[in-house]
Amino acid sequence: MAEMPYIDLDKCDSCALCIPVCRCGALVLVNNVITLIETEKCGWCCECEEICPLSAITCAFEIVFADE
Amino acid sequence: MAVDLQILKRVAYFAGFTPDELGEAARPFFEQSFKRGEIIALEDELADNLYIVASGVVKLFKTSADGKEQIMYLAHVGESISDVPVIDGLPNPASAQAMIPVDLYGINNVDMLALLDKYPKAKQNALKILADRVRHLSALVEDLSFKHVIGRVAAILLKYAGGDGAGSKARLTQQDMAAMAGTAREVVGRSLKMLEADGAISMNRHRIVISNKKALENMIETAV
Repeated sequence: MAEMPYIDLDKCDSCALCIPVCRCGALVLVNNVITLIETEKCGWCCECEEICPLSAITCAFEIVFADE
Repeated sequence: MAVDLQILKRVAYFAGFTPDELGEAARPFFEQSFKRGEIIALEDELADNLYIVASGVVKLFKTSADGKEQIMYLAHVGESISDVPVIDGLPNPASAQAMIPVDLYGINNVDMLALLDKYPKAKQNALKILADRVRHLSALVEDLSFKHVIGRVAAILLKYAGGDGAGSKARLTQQDMAAMAGTAREVVGRSLKMLEADGAISMNRHRIVISNKKALENMIETAV
């Protein structure tokens, strides 16, 4: 299962600003709800997080040492 | 659900408690769960309860008038939140929010003050907890005042790499790191790119991999 950004649907108002900004086409509108399609192509560019006016999308990083 | 004494045993307030004392002290505690992103306590509001983190991670932060967030501390399993307003009776100095789904053990402030009165060693432990907070906040003031952003980002990466050793891994967004470093999200993004270009870290999708710990440590030392 590919790790993907997180959408807080309680905050999201389906403005859809994130859809065109997503480089890998992982964000789509299904029945007026922003939906994520799991894909390894998501490069974690964080642009969906950046553009979201309601901070409904978060791209959290796990921080690890190289030898872990 | 009953309060897990193994978790309470790790709480600094109960250091030195016998099993019987711990069982007795656990009675007034209740369990409360919060969803990811849910607000647990609001800055400037009075606190009804002191909470112990039983699972998950809680973010303690202040918000400026223009909406900028400054993270004060991330509380992990066994750590307490809302100690200061419960002890001094004044409003919360910071807000608290669940970073991931969180289970807390809460105790009403009246019960907590009664517990401190009943057990002198709990009161002594409370002094140490508050002293630790002062030390942490003094270090934060130093970071915010004297270190350049890239050094602060390097310090955050080293601090949060590999979780807390108890299995809770806080995952940080660039916004979280910006709030911790007292800067804008964009500046954190730029700092991460610079650290990657320097070979100190590599960005692998949702992972920031620290490939050169020494380089990050040097960055903290020199970026002042």
